[in-house]
Amino acid sequence: MEYLIHIAVLACIYGILGISLNLVMGETGLISVTHAAFYGLGAYAVAFLLVGFGINFFLATLAGMILASGVAFAIGVVFLRLKEVYYVLGTVGSNVILFSVLLNWNSVTRGPLGIGGIPRPEIFGFRFSENEAFLLLVLAAVAITYAISVLITRSSFGRVLNAIREDEDVVSVFGYSVYHYKLVIFTIGAAFAALAGAFLASYLTYISPFSFTVVESIFILSIVVLGGLGSGRGALIAAGILVITPEALRFVGFTPDIAAQMRQVLYGLILILLMLYRPQGLLGRFRI
Amino acid sequence: MKTLLSTRRLVKRFGGVHAVDHVDLSLEGGKITALIGPNGSGKTTLINVVTGMLAIDGGDIVIDSVRLQRIRPSDVASYGITRTFQNLRLIQQMSVLDNILLVLTERNIWGALFEQHTKFHLATAEEILKKVGLWEKRNENAESLSYGQRKLLEIARAVSMEARIYFFDEPFAGLFPEMVRIVSGIIRELRASGAAVVLVEHDMLLVRELADYCYVLDSGKVIAEGTPEHVLKQQNVVEAYLGK
Ligand SMILES: Nc1ncnc2c1ncn2[C@@H]1O[C@H](COP(=O)(O)OP(=O)(O)OP(=O)(O)O)[C@@H](O)[C@H]1O
Ligand SMILES: [Mg+2]
Repeated sequence: MEYLIHIAVLACIYGILGISLNLVMGETGLISVTHAAFYGLGAYAVAFLLVGFGINFFLATLAGMILASGVAFAIGVVFLRLKEVYYVLGTVGSNVILFSVLLNWNSVTRGPLGIGGIPRPEIFGFRFSENEAFLLLVLAAVAITYAISVLITRSSFGRVLNAIREDEDVVSVFGYSVYHYKLVIFTIGAAFAALAGAFLASYLTYISPFSFTVVESIFILSIVVLGGLGSGRGALIAAGILVITPEALRFVGFTPDIAAQMRQVLYGLILILLMLYRPQGLLGRFRI
Repeated sequence: MKTLLSTRRLVKRFGGVHAVDHVDLSLEGGKITALIGPNGSGKTTLINVVTGMLAIDGGDIVIDSVRLQRIRPSDVASYGITRTFQNLRLIQQMSVLDNILLVLTERNIWGALFEQHTKFHLATAEEILKKVGLWEKRNENAESLSYGQRKLLEIARAVSMEARIYFFDEPFAGLFPEMVRIVSGIIRELRASGAAVVLVEHDMLLVRELADYCYVLDSGKVIAEGTPEHVLKQQNVVEAYLGK
């Protein structure tokens, strides 16, 4: 049971990552390989503020979301005006840079050692130390993220995002400032990635930079591709599938380290098979 | 009638090709201005420059007596200018209705974020889509429509902008006769409402029937202008079309 709850918590965290990246990549067509870095910023903000200053989890989470948004805004200002290829490479570079900041800024992040002893969230004297209670909390976070994503996609703003993913020149001739729309959704997406990071930090009670590499960004990207572009629900289901499958590998008799390597192969395989046979993913509204 | 937009010595080059070569154009409200000329004479390029999709290489554009040497695409709509595309640029993986709602709703980002389309937007979209006979198809994706229907949707989208200046790039090409009637009806209505309408068209019968004034382009230059009856008789115009 404890184990199932563990899997469910991870699936929820990746669900938040998937839903938020879908807003950027699925709805707007902006491939982003920086999502893991924003996720990391949220995690480190919580670790740093909780361990170092005893600040309340929820306030620290908010701070992490604001930090990630600020960084995303800056990255967006630099790269979102560029042509698609350059923009995508820019997001890769940004993740690499943010990763090395986490790895090398020892006084704040404790470098490769990571930060341990991160407490569980607490509110009005109640601490979410049991995993069951934590799961309920993270489920609430998923629900809020999903609801906001639905509101965004149903809004006039969301319609403009969908148009941008197909033909941004046309969208601008009809009176929209495409660059600003991209900037806003990129920033919102980063805020929710940081929310997921906050939960990860407090759930594992320990974080290190190695959870926030470019490879992790690509993993989040494959959640969106599997779920289908333009489907928040798809992203949620895909997060579940991609978290559960490697665990299932362990049950059919692979040793943990082989299972871990199989994991990478599996994700690669899923992406390749999708591109070949189902480019719209599980529930996608759009083709790539 | 008042001149809504004019170009002065407007130039657009592609490498050595002068696609638009010192063009002076004047568009009046309540008039249909035809832009004609053989293939490759620069008609579409001229529209692309005026709608900000291509940078101006020389000359300027005057809108409401304001001289502009640079037009940003996202400002075009605020000048009251809109257009259709010769090669159809609808949002393909989006419903017919959403293609129209897209141009009806809030432009301001924060406004748009907290807005869902209203009954008012829907009523406007319904009126326009019924006019072009696409209301029944409103929930289908634009890509599933026939060529003619997509063309009508492009025109409906432009009309939804309630602009003052319309550029229609070959709106009749490839349409069945009943669709041609719908489109020419719409273009006449726009003229009656006081808008300036630019019509790029190869069918000279339609040009004679609709246009109040006519510019003839050849190799990027205006080689003749005037009423269609007057212009289409000119020897150099006939030669531009048929070769010497
Ligand atoms: N993006 C571009 N890059 C390079 N050359 C271009 C470009 N667009 C147009 N041209 C060239 O500019 C000239 C004018 O082309 P344009 O499309 O404006 O003609 P047109 O009058 O619209 O022709 P048609 O009646 O065939 O639509 C042509 O010589 C064309 O090859
Ligand atoms: Mg043309």
